[in-house]
Amino acid sequence: MAHGQAARRNTGMLSVRRRAGLVLTGLVLAALAAFAWSLSAGALPVSFDDLLAALSGTGGGMEADIIRSLRLPRAVAAFACGGLLALAGALMQVLLRNPLADPYVLGISGGAAVGALGAILAGAAAGWIDAGAFIGALGATLLVFGLAHGDGSWTQTRLLLTGVIVAAGCGAAVALMLSLAPEGRIKGMLFWLMGDASGATRPWPALGLLAIGLAAALPFARELNLLARGEVTARALGVRVGRLRGLVYGLGSLLTAVAVTTVGSVGFIGLIVPHLVRLAIGNDQRLLLPAATLAGGVLLCAADTAARTVVAPIQLPVGVLTALIGVPVFLFLLARHPR
Amino acid sequence: MKMDARPPVLAADGLTVQVGRRDVCRDLDFTLQAGDTLVILGRNGAGKTTLLHTLAGLRDAARGAVLLSGQPYGAWPRGHEACLRGLLAQSQPDFFSATVLETALVGRHPYLGRWDWESPDDEAIALTALAHMGLDGFAERQVPTLSGGERQRLAIAALLVQQPRLYLLDEPLSHLDLHHEITVLDHFRGLAAGGAGVAMVLHDINLTARYASHVLLLDGKGGHVFGRAAEVLTTDTLSAAYGHPLRAIADGGHTLFVPV
Repeated sequence: MAHGQAARRNTGMLSVRRRAGLVLTGLVLAALAAFAWSLSAGALPVSFDDLLAALSGTGGGMEADIIRSLRLPRAVAAFACGGLLALAGALMQVLLRNPLADPYVLGISGGAAVGALGAILAGAAAGWIDAGAFIGALGATLLVFGLAHGDGSWTQTRLLLTGVIVAAGCGAAVALMLSLAPEGRIKGMLFWLMGDASGATRPWPALGLLAIGLAAALPFARELNLLARGEVTARALGVRVGRLRGLVYGLGSLLTAVAVTTVGSVGFIGLIVPHLVRLAIGNDQRLLLPAATLAGGVLLCAADTAARTVVAPIQLPVGVLTALIGVPVFLFLLARHPR
Repeated sequence: MKMDARPPVLAADGLTVQVGRRDVCRDLDFTLQAGDTLVILGRNGAGKTTLLHTLAGLRDAARGAVLLSGQPYGAWPRGHEACLRGLLAQSQPDFFSATVLETALVGRHPYLGRWDWESPDDEAIALTALAHMGLDGFAERQVPTLSGGERQRLAIAALLVQQPRLYLLDEPLSHLDLHHEITVLDHFRGLAAGGAGVAMVLHDINLTARYASHVLLLDGKGGHVFGRAAEVLTTDTLSAAYGHPLRAIADGGHTLFVPV
């Protein structure tokens, strides 16, 4: 069939890769643009020339100071955590073979919230709040893993149900702490719960982990493609499914725990970014994972800049913005894919 | 006839397979040579899929050994067994969308290094396999837009792309219309004639009689009958195995089995 032949030559895997290359290049440019906006926008607008001068260390004065010590750490934290959440979400969706999974579905954000709010309630310093969040996140991960993995089986349903139940328990504990908290601490607790990048002064570990996490996941990307086709088929093609699932679970949990520790439980990035990227370039994990990482970073960096500028001087928690954007987008996606 | 000096494609040596405490088969011995087509028959729940997965090395046997090209699965270098045997799973879940070509290319996985991408040669192999399964021009279609029968043929195409020496097929004819049933069975007959071994689970006794060289009949209680197709496919044996009386009708050189 002449028509089929022509269509075949113009499409195929090569064109998929070319298109993905374009998408990745576009995302890198978008990341640069998001950083430029984030560093220059605010109560003190900075011109592009001053921005370059401040970043290269030749600029001086208050502008350079604001950029280097306030805006840059915050932009890097937002970018890194957006990337972490999107990457973790993409991994969890393959692990649970459920397109509606997000990084928090296994109770990680609930555990982190219990730890962080407990620390705030106890009047701890900022460093201890981070430590509480991280310990809580890892505790919830281990609890879910232990309960779901207890009999050695690895069913997605069991993992998912255990995660949902642990998250519900954490939600109850959070509600209890909020109702017991003194007036003065409630705002801080609410900001933490909604996700907020304003307190992120040490963003570099998150960015480093983002690079390490992506580098650790990419060698297994083709195996993840097979895992999405079903366990039996993946095993028959030589994939060590048990080891792969353990890796994805551990990596996804660690990425999420660091993101939640850095900026709180920002919602929807981990759910909708992998979906949006999937719509644009398909579901080949070798392309999806890096593209989702970049897109998540761009989205959270831009959302955080908007959160601190749209109703300035009031700063909105960035999680509120991502949810306001995320809910309609997600409902739209859900309507397109009725299953 | 060309002699194959290689060891048998598949062999079971005193194989006992259990599900929980129930025996699927006890002390099963058989050898599948290149060119043989083995059909596994049995009632629902007799353990045909479990046995097939054990033969594919995905499940441990309770006793005995499965030999793939003369060696137990564990003795092959990791990943190499996927170049020797392929399995068509009973169901093909699709949680995420993918194109038909991407899905067929999955079969090249065992031949690719960790950082390799599929080459144009791999793509040509996939397009040929799709054409064999009557899926020309489907390469760019999204899998969820396919019918049940088209998805089944796509799964078979992905298995063909794997190019193993042993084909293990779990109900390869499910969702297929009459024409494609014959197309698929003819294709595997051709692969067997070219030196492959085929073992499949079927439910159609008459297609079994037409295509099988050997038949393994599971009774669901651990007993089994194995032999050449003509020896196993008798009204007495089949009636006992299925718990339903059958009658044989001679039609030219063929025998047709119909339930009474």
